[in-house]
Amino acid sequence: MDLGPQIVLASLDGAVTAAVLALTALGLSLVFGVMRVVNVAHGEFFMLGAMIAWFVASAIGGHPALGFVAALVIAPLLVGGLAASADWLIIKRLDYEPEATIVATIGLLYILQQGALITFGPVAQAVEAPFNHRIEIPWFEGSNVGWGLFTTSYKLFVIGAALTILLGVWLLLSRTKTGLLMRATQLDRETAQAFGIPVEKVYALTFGFGAAIAALAAVLIVPIQQADYLMGGDPLLLSFIVVIIGGLGSLRGTLIAALLIGMSDGIISVFFTPTLAKIIATLVVAMVLVFRPQGLFGAKAQ
Amino acid sequence: MTNQTKPDSTAGSADETRRTFLKGAAAVGAVAAGTQMLPGMVPYIQAQSSAPVKIGFQVHKTGIGAAYGRWYDRTTKAAAQLINDEGGINGREVEIVAEDDGTDPKRGAEVVEKFAKQHQTDVAFGTLFSHVVIGSSPRAGELKMPYFVVSEGHHVASGGLNRYTLQPGITDVKSQVQSMAPWVADNLGKKVTMIFPDFAFGHDHRDFFSEAIEKQGGKVIEKIAIPPTEKSFTKYFPRIPRDTDVLYHVMVGPAVLTFVKELGEFFGGRGPQVFGFLDSLEAVDINSPGLEFLDGSYFWEGNPRYRSDISSDHDAFYRKAVGVDDNGASITDSKDIATYSHMFGCWETLHIIKAGMEASDYAGPKDRANLIEAVENIGVMPHSRAHPQGDKLFNGRTHQAFGHQFISKVGDGKLTPVHKTSIFDGYYPDETDYTTQKL
Repeated sequence: MDLGPQIVLASLDGAVTAAVLALTALGLSLVFGVMRVVNVAHGEFFMLGAMIAWFVASAIGGHPALGFVAALVIAPLLVGGLAASADWLIIKRLDYEPEATIVATIGLLYILQQGALITFGPVAQAVEAPFNHRIEIPWFEGSNVGWGLFTTSYKLFVIGAALTILLGVWLLLSRTKTGLLMRATQLDRETAQAFGIPVEKVYALTFGFGAAIAALAAVLIVPIQQADYLMGGDPLLLSFIVVIIGGLGSLRGTLIAALLIGMSDGIISVFFTPTLAKIIATLVVAMVLVFRPQGLFGAKAQ
Repeated sequence: MTNQTKPDSTAGSADETRRTFLKGAAAVGAVAAGTQMLPGMVPYIQAQSSAPVKIGFQVHKTGIGAAYGRWYDRTTKAAAQLINDEGGINGREVEIVAEDDGTDPKRGAEVVEKFAKQHQTDVAFGTLFSHVVIGSSPRAGELKMPYFVVSEGHHVASGGLNRYTLQPGITDVKSQVQSMAPWVADNLGKKVTMIFPDFAFGHDHRDFFSEAIEKQGGKVIEKIAIPPTEKSFTKYFPRIPRDTDVLYHVMVGPAVLTFVKELGEFFGGRGPQVFGFLDSLEAVDINSPGLEFLDGSYFWEGNPRYRSDISSDHDAFYRKAVGVDDNGASITDSKDIATYSHMFGCWETLHIIKAGMEASDYAGPKDRANLIEAVENIGVMPHSRAHPQGDKLFNGRTHQAFGHQFISKVGDGKLTPVHKTSIFDGYYPDETDYTTQKL
């Protein structure tokens, strides 16, 4: 394949990865930003979102769009509710202490993963896309491109939907009272409490919200990929990479880092190997930690 | 077994099978030949022990092999049920002790150890994924636990394992691709691009198909390795060269459906000829949305999924026993597609264990060495109820079975066999002789 079309194809694929990654990492970043809790179980909330999407879609049947829309609503709500109750049941009892919550969320990771295995079974499941048309991308210079240069309408939808959701989250954080409470709690927990902000409720809400965004990202991706109980590993690792590079708690940083990682993953995978893409991403993390520990857009620790 | 009055007519063929096994064994002097000594009489030596024969079943219940594990499990249960209904092995009931290995090599070795020490099984059996076999076999050898794998990997016949590891119920990749290459070169084209999973099994495909197609005057012009845990595939496809005549694909893992769908989207109805190993579609309905592009493409099948003119009565019997309908789906759930190209290996291997145990008067773990020798001498296995996929030849020196392969064409929403290879097409010279190793 000519170089030009190949880059276009790689970028489109990378953009889908970046879009979903931005959402997933945003959830992780919010939880850390507001609560200072490193949620190791974040990938499992992503996985649960995908599995629930499959369950809902196959239970509803009929036109694929029906099941998909239902999953878009039900999966984030269920996963968010589950995460909020996990916060109330476990993380709150540990007084949000960083080391203890890491260990606790590792435990949560296994509980959720094995719970999904027991509930949904070990086999990878597919969800049909609500719509999926192959869109040929015209290419003029190398007239004889033939097969291969394409995208699908659903992939474009994923990119659009992710951007819309990101915008929504930004509006929520910057323009609403809920956002104000979250930002106040993030800035200084004790002062916020002194001003009468129900910090524990804000924490439960944030934890649930972070998980719900991950679940939403999973519902978007599951018609492209498949859902299985082991799928939480990669999103977790990549989210950590994105959050570290972008700077914890920074929405803008998360978005830019997700774009960087997603696009480079797409392009490096096409021209070299996916393994090299992961090696480079991890190397970037190391470099960022050495030279700019707060991340590209993170505020310096106070 | 034979002292039971069998009302059905198939009893004759089972007897015949056993006789043929015995003949093979007799030929090399493992047992004194002669119909008087048919193992049919053995049970009524009322076995030294009436405790069940315990067969440790290493099964991929979870992990990337779960879809195969589900069907290997059903097939194994059905075969054990049949063997027990017909009087067991040497008059002893067969008990299957299943342990999940998570499709993980490290866990696989632990499972073998558990069979030896905790469950005290007579043999271990049933592993599919090649990395689990390679991880488990050394431990089986150390524990002197006969380890019957159903894996297709060339690692057994290559000499890389040990005398306690045998693959008598399914052919290996080297043999499969060697018998496919002439047909691919003659009918589809000579410039081939290969897509394969990046672990031992896929490497067997890469190495042996490249070698085989070169003998046909063809060439593999690009080799694309994909990790078996990969979830998204489009990014690998731009590496397919434009002048490819044939795209050869073989994929395993949880995301095979995504793999084939993305391949179809990539080509968009154009592109090279497509030849796949059915591994890329095991447990997947070929009528799934997005797979329309496969129409007119070809697949290797180990055992044809859809009943057709060439299907035998033995296949009908086996199909019914394992609960698979004429379209290769579960009788109870038409969406639950079988791994029909592979799972027959479990059925056949269990029957070989039975034949081996009866030929060697197996009474308990102290007779394990005799069992290995008896199986090494099994030789020809005729097409029968015990071998519903077809006749096979077991090479006792390399511990590997040889058999027929099928090429099927996709059309009218099903797979129809268009070519059946001979056993000789897949035969290759010995690369090792396990019988020189001490038992």
